[in-house]
Amino acid sequence: MKGDEIAHLVTLAFGASVLLVTALLIWNLWGTSAPSRSKFGLGFLWGTNWDPNANDFGAFPFVYGTVMTSVMALVISVPLGVGAAIFLAELAPAGLSSACTFLVELLAAVPSVIYGMLAIFTVVPLMREYVEPALKGAFGYLPQFQGPMLGVGYLTAAVVLAIMTFPYIIAISREALLEVPRDQREAALALGATRWETTFKVVVPYARLGILGSIFLGLARALGETMAITMVIGNDSTLHASWFAPGYTIAAVLANEFAEATGKVYQSALVELGLVLFLVTIIINALARLLVLATTRKGSAKAA
Amino acid sequence: MKTSIALAGILLAGSSLVSAQAINGAGATFPYPIYGKWFEEFRQKNPSIEINYQSKGSGAGIAQLTAGTVDFGASDMPMKDEQIAALKVKALHFPTVLGGVVPTFNLPGVTDLKFSSEAMAGIFLGKITKWNDPRIAKANPGVKLPATDIIVVHRADGSGTTFVFTDYLSKISPEWKAGPGANTSIKWPTGVGQQGNEGVAGMVKNTAGAIGYVELIYVLKNNMGYGSVENAAGVYLKANLDTVTAAAAGAAKSMPADFRVSITNAPGKNSYPIASFTWLLIPTRIPDAQKRAALVNFLKWMLVDGQKDCASLGYAPLPKQVVAQEQKQIAMIH
Repeated sequence: MKGDEIAHLVTLAFGASVLLVTALLIWNLWGTSAPSRSKFGLGFLWGTNWDPNANDFGAFPFVYGTVMTSVMALVISVPLGVGAAIFLAELAPAGLSSACTFLVELLAAVPSVIYGMLAIFTVVPLMREYVEPALKGAFGYLPQFQGPMLGVGYLTAAVVLAIMTFPYIIAISREALLEVPRDQREAALALGATRWETTFKVVVPYARLGILGSIFLGLARALGETMAITMVIGNDSTLHASWFAPGYTIAAVLANEFAEATGKVYQSALVELGLVLFLVTIIINALARLLVLATTRKGSAKAA
Repeated sequence: MKTSIALAGILLAGSSLVSAQAINGAGATFPYPIYGKWFEEFRQKNPSIEINYQSKGSGAGIAQLTAGTVDFGASDMPMKDEQIAALKVKALHFPTVLGGVVPTFNLPGVTDLKFSSEAMAGIFLGKITKWNDPRIAKANPGVKLPATDIIVVHRADGSGTTFVFTDYLSKISPEWKAGPGANTSIKWPTGVGQQGNEGVAGMVKNTAGAIGYVELIYVLKNNMGYGSVENAAGVYLKANLDTVTAAAAGAAKSMPADFRVSITNAPGKNSYPIASFTWLLIPTRIPDAQKRAALVNFLKWMLVDGQKDCASLGYAPLPKQVVAQEQKQIAMIH
């Protein structure tokens, strides 16, 4: 009885520390950003000018860049990652599957600056010489695919983020797929389903929550990624419609400008950007969770 | 018993090490290689004094000096009036070495270019968008300029290099002064941002039609080509240690007493126009007599013997007139 109480208190303390750290973070960001909040008010969120010399700051170009690159990255990496996970868990021979899994886990542990260097030396030239001209040729009538092709910009950043989030999605989705009980597959096969039908109508829906979890983790990495992004996005706070044009993300501008930011308003505007990133993360996660609730049917939700 | 004596011996030895006077500074990254060398050489001559320096950036150096967490600061741009007003103890600016900023470009088939003031301002304002623009061609007769787009590459991280370069643009172009202005980070009218000298140089090297600006010391170390720039006297000059020092000598005649001076676009036929001092920021009042003596001795040594280290590390040394002016300022530390 007594042991139980102690265990209860200890775990409660651990649980509470999560809330405490979050609360401290918000309190600190809120307090330090006071000069900027009082000067710009809510307009900070949709202000498009970022001019340290004029002491005029707005967050919109950075919010746009952060959300755009993350969403575009997931559009690329989710089908690839989930597809690869299905192959590794369901179809691949055991030896190949474990070799690939080992490599994927290795990729997930590579520091982001290494991805940034890979991007500068290979992805950027590839985008500039081949991908962007091809896209311009095919969809050049859309404003998203116009303008000079520099090789650095939103689209390249999204491709690099896709490469970086993809190992997470594979590794975790594969685990979730392997967790699906053998009975489920055998029952489906016994009912006369083909292997393909079993995978897509039984196994994948059963593992849906785990797969969605892997996508959230990928999204979290994409939203907060700093080093690799600042190396390839072009770091320009002017808003551009074209996906080939240089842009900026919140994490990248913080890394670039914080050390040399002088003046109270400038520094606190950067801190407020941190607060905005926090907010963006919360909103996107909440939306993603709502999406899960909306798409999860009762049976499979309980089973998972 | 024996071990306790041994322990006491170790403790005593340790305490004698600790008693070496430690002086802490923080600030600019650009002069860090030579500051590191100076502090080490000075420690070898004066084993009782150890000067520690954190190269965190000029802004961080000024912030830490203001907060009183370091004994001295260092900056690539002179302190602004409002920053000085925030100091509890007034600080003196001591120029230590000089740096230059050069335009680097990538045009297939073109190895050297001359940039007039008009061309520089026009390119970075985004008004000149093609390489064969007559405003570029005028200063480069005989050079075949292609009709391709100009891609501007600038620093993304806040930096003293950006300050020097934008300070120069502010002086040669009223439009630049009224628009983007001069600072460590600014709102660029056009172009792509990259981190560090290596980021800008790398992007320029890999992109046909690109132009960017990097520190002179970086191009010297990497044997890169770079363009000539028109100076205040209308002469086209390549940056090197002599033309950068000449810019400081040109500005020495009108040197303000507090050394807060910009030497971009300095007068003089031989003055390279995109040059700057970097400064040590030393408090006027240092209550600890030992620290005060140590810093004063260091400054005296740096202005004479220390200057001899400049050339081998790629920094331009101070001109004689400025050294003499600084030696007088040392007396203001008390």
